[in-house]
Amino acid sequence: MIIEIGHFALILALVVAAVQSVFPVWGAVKSDHRLMGMAPSLAVAMFLLTCVAFAALTWAYLTSDFSLLNTYQNSHSDKPIIYKISGVWGNHEGSILLWVLILVLFGALVAVFSRNIPQRLRAATLGTQGWVSFAFLLFVVVASNPFGRIEPAPMQGTGLNPMLQDVGLAIHPPILYVGYVGFSIVFAFAAAALILGKLDAAWARWVRPWILVSWIFLTLGIAMGSYWAYYELGWGGWWFWDPVENASFMPWLTGTALLHSAIVMERRDALKVWTVFLALLTFSLSLLGTFLVRSGVLTSVHAFAVDPARGLFILAILLIFVGGSLTLFAWRAPLLRQGGLFSPISREGSLVLNNLFLTTACAAVFVGTLYPLILEAFSGDKISVGAPFFNLTFGPIMVPVLILMPFGQLLAWKRGDLWGVSQRLTLAFAISVIATIMLVWFMGASSTSIMTALGFGLAFWAIFGSLWEIVDRSQILKVGFARAVPRIMGFTPTVWSTVLGHAGLGFTVLGIVTTMAFESERVQVMHPGETLEQNGYHVTYERSWTQPGPNYDELVSRYTLRKGGDVVGVMEPSKRAYRASGRPMSETSIATFGFSQVYFATGDNDENGGIVTRIYFKPLITLIWIGTLIMSLGGTLALFDRRLRVGAPVTARRRKSKAEGAIPVAASPAE
Amino acid sequence: MKMKFLLLLLCAMFLGANSAFAVNPDEVLKDPALEERAREISKEVRCVVCQNQSIDDSNARLARDLRLLVRERLVAGDSDSEVVDYLVDRYGEFVLLKPRFAFHTLFLWAGGPVALLFGGFFLWRAARRKKDAPLKSEAAGAKPLSPEERAELDKLMSSN
Repeated sequence: MIIEIGHFALILALVVAAVQSVFPVWGAVKSDHRLMGMAPSLAVAMFLLTCVAFAALTWAYLTSDFSLLNTYQNSHSDKPIIYKISGVWGNHEGSILLWVLILVLFGALVAVFSRNIPQRLRAATLGTQGWVSFAFLLFVVVASNPFGRIEPAPMQGTGLNPMLQDVGLAIHPPILYVGYVGFSIVFAFAAAALILGKLDAAWARWVRPWILVSWIFLTLGIAMGSYWAYYELGWGGWWFWDPVENASFMPWLTGTALLHSAIVMERRDALKVWTVFLALLTFSLSLLGTFLVRSGVLTSVHAFAVDPARGLFILAILLIFVGGSLTLFAWRAPLLRQGGLFSPISREGSLVLNNLFLTTACAAVFVGTLYPLILEAFSGDKISVGAPFFNLTFGPIMVPVLILMPFGQLLAWKRGDLWGVSQRLTLAFAISVIATIMLVWFMGASSTSIMTALGFGLAFWAIFGSLWEIVDRSQILKVGFARAVPRIMGFTPTVWSTVLGHAGLGFTVLGIVTTMAFESERVQVMHPGETLEQNGYHVTYERSWTQPGPNYDELVSRYTLRKGGDVVGVMEPSKRAYRASGRPMSETSIATFGFSQVYFATGDNDENGGIVTRIYFKPLITLIWIGTLIMSLGGTLALFDRRLRVGAPVTARRRKSKAEGAIPVAASPAE
Repeated sequence: MKMKFLLLLLCAMFLGANSAFAVNPDEVLKDPALEERAREISKEVRCVVCQNQSIDDSNARLARDLRLLVRERLVAGDSDSEVVDYLVDRYGEFVLLKPRFAFHTLFLWAGGPVALLFGGFFLWRAARRKKDAPLKSEAAGAKPLSPEERAELDKLMSSN
């Protein structure tokens, strides 16, 4: 019964989406207040109905209702509860339903929180988002329905892919999807602006919070996916340039560009047409990613051709929205007035360069990801495009981004003084050089190549150059520490968000360069009691034993890790065999020292009680993810920018009451 | 042929699902310099039955065979490029994770740089247009400052 209620709610949501796609937009064009007034309630209704559907599916997983085909194929009654829940989105149908849930969630959020934006823009935005919702709800109901039953119901399910039974992967998809799908609302804002033919700095101010939220979650989602791959796949890699990864990385690149161009638009009323284009492009890339991941086209063009129904459906959605939005853009964008002149050497100019490099980098990833598919489809030739290609084409484009970043922070709006900024950055440059020399010396000068040293230099330049804005703004070198501290405390969140966002990127680059240049590994058959030495560590293999887990049996091997005679870690990597599927899984064991990690994985046993042991030494590798956390923190701080609160009446009211509360304090005896 | 490939692919999906054990100790060459070269080559060779894995990373049987083949060729005295050519001759260009620069990969390699050049050119033109913008307004009928106006403006500026 619950399942049927969920199914019914899903169909109702589709009907609501149909209404949502027609009337509010019509109302916005015809200035009919009654029609426009429907939009918020429809958006909320659609969200609630989808919630019911999602809850019903979750209920089936929690109660192990195997009369549902989807539950039978992806769950098992022995699974720990967290993986019963995450199993809901650990399969095609469920993950698309989660996708839709987040899509309508964003619609509902705009309906509830953006009361201050003009009614026409809001109605057109929600209406446009209704189109996307309608397309995907139709897809779920018609081609990807999770509510199919089987008769008779089996006693037991076949279990979830063991690889997905991991906390990291349980929470990775929802976070990634919030980022991915969040750009749908940005897309809707852009399409609405084009439809209404009105685009100004205020538009950028209303859209920026949504760009920021999506970007933060996308950043965290990608980083979490990367860390998951690192510890779960068991061979120490953290980024594979896999098409699935590229699918989420491309919207991140254009989303980052959008984040920056929206600032220019808000402050200076410039780059308007370009910003709208990026908004359309970013969600188009999200749709492309959904197509790539969900259609099976990546496995092989042939696999796609064998069961094309779903793939073609998503491809149709993709083509309609990309084609439709580009047509709308080509038709309406020329009517938009350009404003805000600036000289090439200015804050705006530097942000334009940032956009040029980020979109070019995205183009390189795009070509590399899609070229093999297109070549195979048209000529039948099969080629592979993997990590070596992307490192060669993507890497160099990032170099100017890192070099220019600190300049952009210090250049003035409208017309900047490049020579003056260079002089102000001299000390930051000197510090970066010293830091580079120290790190090279620490890592061993003889084993450091020129490229690695340059990589260190770039990373430190990005870090210290970004942080230099604090020194430069507070004039700490001129006025002294005591007078600079209050100034630093008084910085707006925007200053901190730039500093942290940019420095975070520097830390990530530092982690990448160090890991790539200095990682080492040792692969050896070890017998109980045997000790090996590598990178100053002594590793002793103690013993192995088997133990049962909740839904698997595992062979655990214990190693003692010593440095200079002291035990610094007891490592217990294991190999699991899941009972439901019989599939093997290797669990790694990782010890963290400072920012570096030692990583253990075990392989096959030999007949003499030996076990294949792989040990990876990954210097500074955690900086890769710490950097992304700092970047996300920067993005979060930007959300606290007062200017962005215009669109959110709740916080605006709160601010007002806070300001009133603050008056007596300001007038206190201290005055 | 296609069917067989599909079948291989399916097998690979299950085999490759959990790749904990790539290069095994028994494969490693005694000569560290040769082994280092083998590793470098392996990183750029695709395990053809896997999804986007190099033979260095994959635990599929075929990846192991290829790793052994690479080492065999190196021991036989082949240069790095000879080893790669040998593999391409037998398995096709599909084994290369970094495709060769040729006519059919022209757009692949040129895509990024062309996008950059195109974008750069567009920006350069836009910047020039902005520079010319005042001239255009002149052409559109706006009169330049008269000498009197100019003198007054200079006076205002200098008194500031």
